[in-house]
Amino acid sequence: MYETFEHRADIGVRGYGKSLEEAFENGAKAMFSVMVDIEGVRPVETEEIICEAPDIEILFVEWLNNLISHAHLSGKLFSCFKVEITENSLKGLAIGERIDKNRHHIMTEVKGATYSNLKVDKEDDMFVAQCIVDV
Amino acid sequence: MDIKLLNKISDYIWEIPPEGEMRVPGRIFGCEAIVEELDDNVVTQIKNVACLPGIQEASIAMPDAHWGYGFPIGGVGAFDPEEGGVISMGGVGFDISCGVRTMRTGMTREEITPYIQKLVDRLFAIVPAGVGSEGKIRLNQKQIDDVLTGGAKWAVSNGYGYKEDLRYIEEEGVVGGADPAQVSETAKKRQFKEIGTLGSGNHYLEIQYVAEIYDESVAQVLGIKRDDILVSVHCGSRALGHQIGTDYLKTLAEASRKYNIPIHDRELVCAPIDSPEGRRYFSAVYAGINCALANRQVISHLVREGFSDVIPKARISILYDVSHNTCKVEEHMVGKKVKRLFIHRKGSTRAFGPGRKEIPEEYRTVGQPVLIGGTMGTCSYILTGTETGMKLSFGSACHGAGRAMSRTQAKKKWRGDELLKGLASQGIIVRTHSYSGAAEEAPGAYKDVTAVVDSTHNAGLAKKVAMVKPLACVKG
Repeated sequence: MYETFEHRADIGVRGYGKSLEEAFENGAKAMFSVMVDIEGVRPVETEEIICEAPDIEILFVEWLNNLISHAHLSGKLFSCFKVEITENSLKGLAIGERIDKNRHHIMTEVKGATYSNLKVDKEDDMFVAQCIVDV
Repeated sequence: MDIKLLNKISDYIWEIPPEGEMRVPGRIFGCEAIVEELDDNVVTQIKNVACLPGIQEASIAMPDAHWGYGFPIGGVGAFDPEEGGVISMGGVGFDISCGVRTMRTGMTREEITPYIQKLVDRLFAIVPAGVGSEGKIRLNQKQIDDVLTGGAKWAVSNGYGYKEDLRYIEEEGVVGGADPAQVSETAKKRQFKEIGTLGSGNHYLEIQYVAEIYDESVAQVLGIKRDDILVSVHCGSRALGHQIGTDYLKTLAEASRKYNIPIHDRELVCAPIDSPEGRRYFSAVYAGINCALANRQVISHLVREGFSDVIPKARISILYDVSHNTCKVEEHMVGKKVKRLFIHRKGSTRAFGPGRKEIPEEYRTVGQPVLIGGTMGTCSYILTGTETGMKLSFGSACHGAGRAMSRTQAKKKWRGDELLKGLASQGIIVRTHSYSGAAEEAPGAYKDVTAVVDSTHNAGLAKKVAMVKPLACVKG
């Protein structure tokens, strides 16, 4: 499950999951849902992403920022994610397709994920990963 | 916010007295109504910045201040490296050196009216804008390094504009001290196709007319009069700047821990100016500044081409070019001493007073032009820097209207197509690549730019010279 939330000038992205990995995967979906209707992005091409950080919360921001730069450089959009986390390192897959301007209406450009409202936590039985993205 | 918590210095200057770990007071500029409207989060951010090592005089917020990342947007902080001063990502932001360039056209409103539709169509066609747009220039690794050290000067020597243009750009179009080696390969690659593109969001290109002159003699020095047609461009360092931001967010997070810097908010991650990490970030920011200056120079060239296709007699000359997301080294008086300080301006325009050597000679007696962008339905302002501003805000002024409403709220409230129809009925032609993007930028989603500029003027930070109104706007 994922959602976005309001922030005065920008927008927040939030992913929930039964595991930390699932929360990260859904957080990525939330971010791409800010850019485009992800239902219309076919999961046909895969990019591999590896990153690390001093702590688990910064790792979430690194993950999102790596997705932004990979998407930009490859000219793709992603809609499906698979993440493995070992301590504060992440190995992930981002699956999507090349931007097709006829099918993908890109609403917003995300400049970067920030440390604002950044939280990676376990609430009751659910993990949650969230932050504000600068648009 | 509760205005009773502030010390009133004058009708337009308010102070947050130092408390806890604040090293200096907070200083807020604005009329009572603006300050009352300030979000409590902005006040917390002003206080947090005041706690950073090496900060000088005050943690400052402009009349357009709103909730930012670490620093408020509209925040200014000056840091002395000799007092352990820091350089912070929060004080620069993701869109390094985003700014405004205003050009004269040599045309009047009456002369341009028959051509306006054709002109805006032409500019919309040749100035790349919107998400994912690409420029005509393709750069390779070596060329991007030249852009990062050469700025607008690189653009001019590659045929985009005239040497004369450079004199009317802050830093004469290029900052020394940029080091491309401190910019990641990813950041450079992301910029290969983006030089000469406007981008999206609040970035724009606007054809404007001078609607009002407040100071005839200064306007004459700046070469503008009532009903003159101007073109203003608002954009920044594009993907390269964003990537420098994300790269150094992590570097500075690590540095904050390494140097044990007491930060009250993780968004204020920073490094001592005199540390390897601080020096690296600073030279990367300078590379980002040069990228933005080159970008606006290439866009100006496209504007020249567009005008020459439609109205060959138009003559485009640069009035001035300001950046409002920077950290720069400048000399300022602190007490009786001239100090070399690192001035962070996050959503704040440099506004140097008369006499400063950095100002082009023709303008030096009146102060640096300060270009304040409004929204596509309201107006923009041209001001000049003052001696008072040098003393109160390290020569800084506001940068725009400042958002009053979130993008999500704006999209719920307005529909892009209806908004554009409404603007058309007021005589403002808007061409956009995204209706939803236009709705996010609805004039009603912003604070009143006139109130912001009046407060800036009345506080003495900069002096009003002219007000300009939009005739046509190209949005990303």
